Amino acid sequence: MSWFTHMMTSSIGKKVVMSVTGLFLCSFLLVHLSINLLSLLPDNGLLFNEAAHFMSSNPLIRTIEIVLFAGFIIHIAQSYFITRSNQKARPVKYAVNAGNANSTWYSRSMGILGSLVLFFLIIHLRHFWIESRFLTELPADSNGTPDMYTLMIEVFANPIYNIIYLLGVFALGYHLMHGFQSAWRSLGIMHRKYTPVIQGIGIAFSFFITLGFAIIPVFFYFFRQPNQ
Amino acid sequence: MKITLKVWRQKNSKEKGQFETYSLNSVSEDMSFLEMFDVLNEQLIREGKDPVAFDHDCREGICGMCSMYINGRAHGPMQGTTTCQLHMRHFNDGDTIVVEPWRAEPFPVIKDLVVNRSAFDRIIASGGYVSVNTGNAQDANSLPIAKHIADEAFAAAACIGCGACVAACKNSSAMLFVSAKVSQLSMLPQGKPERESRVVAMVKKMDEEGFGNCTNTGACEAECPKEISVMNIARLNREYIRAALASEEDV
Amino acid sequence: MSLDAKIPEGPLDQKWIKYRSTIPLVNPANKRNLEVIVVGSGLAGSSAAATLAEMGYKVKVFCFQDSARRAHSIAAQGGINAAKNYQNDGDSVYRLFYDTIKGGDYRAREANVYRLADVSTSIIDQCVAQGVPFAREYGGMLSNRSFGGTQVQRTFYAAGQTGQQLLLGAYSAMMRQVGLNKIQMFSRHEMLDVVMIDGKCRGIIARDLVSGKIERHFGHAVLLCTGGYGNVFYLSTNAMGSNVTASWKAYKRGAYFGNPCFTQIHPTCIPVSGDHQSKLTLMSESLRNDGRIWVPKKQNDERKPTDIPEDERDYYLERRYPAFGNLVPRDVASRAAKERCDAGYGVGKSKMAVYLDFADSINRLGKNVIKERYGNLFEMYEKITGEDPYSTPMRIYPAVHYTMGGLWVDYNLMTTIPGLYALGEANFSDHGANRLGASALMQGLADGYFVIPYTIGAYLADEIRTKSISTDHPAFAAAEEEVTKRLQSFLSINGTQTVESFHKRLGKIMWDKCGMARSEEGLKEAIQQIRTLRQEFYTNIRVPGSAFEYNPELEKAGRVADFIELGELMCIDALQRGESCGGHFREEHQTEDGEALRHDNKYMYVSAWEFKGVEHDPALHKEELNYEVIKPSQRNYK
Repeated sequence: MSWFTHMMTSSIGKKVVMSVTGLFLCSFLLVHLSINLLSLLPDNGLLFNEAAHFMSSNPLIRTIEIVLFAGFIIHIAQSYFITRSNQKARPVKYAVNAGNANSTWYSRSMGILGSLVLFFLIIHLRHFWIESRFLTELPADSNGTPDMYTLMIEVFANPIYNIIYLLGVFALGYHLMHGFQSAWRSLGIMHRKYTPVIQGIGIAFSFFITLGFAIIPVFFYFFRQPNQ
Repeated sequence: MKITLKVWRQKNSKEKGQFETYSLNSVSEDMSFLEMFDVLNEQLIREGKDPVAFDHDCREGICGMCSMYINGRAHGPMQGTTTCQLHMRHFNDGDTIVVEPWRAEPFPVIKDLVVNRSAFDRIIASGGYVSVNTGNAQDANSLPIAKHIADEAFAAAACIGCGACVAACKNSSAMLFVSAKVSQLSMLPQGKPERESRVVAMVKKMDEEGFGNCTNTGACEAECPKEISVMNIARLNREYIRAALASEEDV
Repeated sequence: MSLDAKIPEGPLDQKWIKYRSTIPLVNPANKRNLEVIVVGSGLAGSSAAATLAEMGYKVKVFCFQDSARRAHSIAAQGGINAAKNYQNDGDSVYRLFYDTIKGGDYRAREANVYRLADVSTSIIDQCVAQGVPFAREYGGMLSNRSFGGTQVQRTFYAAGQTGQQLLLGAYSAMMRQVGLNKIQMFSRHEMLDVVMIDGKCRGIIARDLVSGKIERHFGHAVLLCTGGYGNVFYLSTNAMGSNVTASWKAYKRGAYFGNPCFTQIHPTCIPVSGDHQSKLTLMSESLRNDGRIWVPKKQNDERKPTDIPEDERDYYLERRYPAFGNLVPRDVASRAAKERCDAGYGVGKSKMAVYLDFADSINRLGKNVIKERYGNLFEMYEKITGEDPYSTPMRIYPAVHYTMGGLWVDYNLMTTIPGLYALGEANFSDHGANRLGASALMQGLADGYFVIPYTIGAYLADEIRTKSISTDHPAFAAAEEEVTKRLQSFLSINGTQTVESFHKRLGKIMWDKCGMARSEEGLKEAIQQIRTLRQEFYTNIRVPGSAFEYNPELEKAGRVADFIELGELMCIDALQRGESCGGHFREEHQTEDGEALRHDNKYMYVSAWEFKGVEHDPALHKEELNYEVIKPSQRNYK
């Protein structure tokens, strides 16, 4: 397998890893958001709870969850190593650097944006995944499904959490804005006719994910107060 | 025009450097940026000081020898322009201009604004060629090449190897340079036989030299004096993945 | 020593073919033990180094730039000639040969030029095989354009960057050998002397420009591929670093210098804009296809060019040369521009420029057509001058850009020093008194790819018994000491003037008195002035820093010192050649209407000068030119 390790440890191989995991995580975002948007339906979260329960109990999904975690870890670890070696490639910094003249701020800030997303992710996992999976047994809703919906109402009632969620989601949005189309380029997918399409999809996708995720905490904060 | 220059001075690769400030009182707007440095150096020599060392040769934007990071940008503020072709009419009377050398681990400073770019030569030596000995060639027209392929290969081949891409990249990545050569040769039928081994060897050498990794910011393309497209980087990636995964050859 | 050009016997078209097959060969085992030094990495140097290494020789390459790819061949714009006849327009090896001889005003060697034309076709094949992206037609075949001095389309090109693409081809071939450890590359190294042992060239002394260290390098043979010496004029289209030092050291060690006064002045360059000017930029000759050259009819006319009405403009080329108009050869166009400016009709701030006007063509063809043809040149013009040539005429003036003269070489490209060769622009070459456009690239690559790899065998076959000579040999030590002393002497003068200021003064003398027009009186004055300048140089330059560091001023001092001596030789040669031919125009020798007047009965020879000491006049040796095939005639463009 030496050819494989050769490839994966080369600069381009590392980029391939970043883009494959990144695109995989994008697909997760799409599923995640689709289910979350169900929470906006005026049915007291019944359908949302059902979907959430399915996602946390189906054996196939549970298996994919492991892959998902692996994807996160590889994406994060790889970016850490790449960033470190990139910093080593310029030991003496410029005194004056007009970065905005040649590139967008968010394309140059993928590490910071990614770190913000990671920070948010940890809080987010603590709020929902760890809470529901390990700490407490969720009460049942009127259909007898574990009631994730009520947990959401409680979390988003806190204005500070709301702000953290919004920051996290916007960091994610800018991360995607560069990351999505960058991933395709790293995979060598390039065509005079289709590359603009990929770039368009990337922008649309970033807006959809950002606004979709942003609307939920805001909606819950204003329209779904806890009962007590 | 009156111009104040803040210039990086460094005696050699071992000693530490610092900025020195110089004032020039009669800069003509018809001067090129390097001619302004000629005037500065004449002045320094007459004052018994050490002139500023900087790389330059053809002064018509093609040899790739001149460098300089001017006010935070490789080759200064004008698009598609080398430092030698940058003229003072693009600056204003009273401006302060900060001039630094290219900064990258694989481009160590030799003196002042002069850096060592021989890493680029070593990358070419590792595979940036077609292995054809003199006298081996068949008739030049025996392989027709579609015009758009020839044009695209030419656009990539226009790289002058100045290193602005590395200097402008926040990661000091040399991908634009490497991709330009890989693209040129992989598109042309003459370069196809060595397509796989070439890209793998050149990327390996590039990594060994200590260049950073590409994060697709596009700064290289924006600062390239020959406006080499980042599409070449995508092509490099594709060529590499193809060579590593799809090719049955062990490369 | 008699000047034997060693031209092979036989009919012209058979000389090279037959000779090539009879040159002694060196077997592969012996090649591995033979070391060749190549100085300069332009088209001639890179192609020679690559080919010799492919053949099995051990090669060392030296260049002063930071990378071999930066050599000034890279700046050639227009193209490269080859007698491929792909356009089926009647081209042939003979026609290319004939055009080159005629273009050179009958001062080149027939046998060499025929060989050049003969191998031109192989050059294109080789370059295409290397991946040089020449311009192509829609059908995928190579495209050709026409160039001055010819009636066929035989010029191959890669947009306006042909030199760059050809050099990168040769450079990559050379770097391949570097990667295979067949070539040792020494960039940022400058050759400062040749080393002679028992009458043969056995190596060089070079300075590592970064550390300042003086190095000794042995070679069974040394190839000088160091380009031309146009920078003797200070302002030229040459790169800043282009210099004569390598050739000059060879000259001082006994190699004859051929036709030093033959320099080419290109008519369409961007004019000087002020005292700060460091170099001049060429605008391709092709512009004259659609541009009309004019000056105002009134002296010192201060109006804007667009305000000057048609009947107050003097289209002097069309007036003087109705048959060829704006497309007269380079030397004629250059002299005509100088004549108008000298008479007070020049334009622009300096009054040393004429207009090249595209208004008529834009009206006739539309701006888009002009943009398609010359867009990149117009952009470059705007970048440098800040003026838009679509709306106001370009200002142009002639400038030095090529030197036909150089080290005298025989048919094998060997100088008068055994084992020392000169290739490309560095030799006195195949261009006679004037070079045709798109022929410089052809000659550099012909010498490197297809001539020297064969002809060097004639010398090296006898050297297989010569073991590598240790660089501890007294000859190396003596040469190194001389070099060191010379460097120290520059540093110790500690005068008041910069090296640059001497270079400027030399350039002015050369341009005024040995430039586009030369006269006996002016040349005699120039020789005196240069001698005075040399005295002053050695007593009043100031070179800062030390010899043991990166010191560009010290490099420049050595180069300018050599230019000063060369300038004197050029004037001596120009004075001696009492005729006008090609780029050499003596005011005393012109026809009634001011055209160049050759004297074939008296000057049908190559002047090869032998060094006799800085303080002594050089000795002239003549190589008579025998035209067996072509009958020389007077050129006429009216």
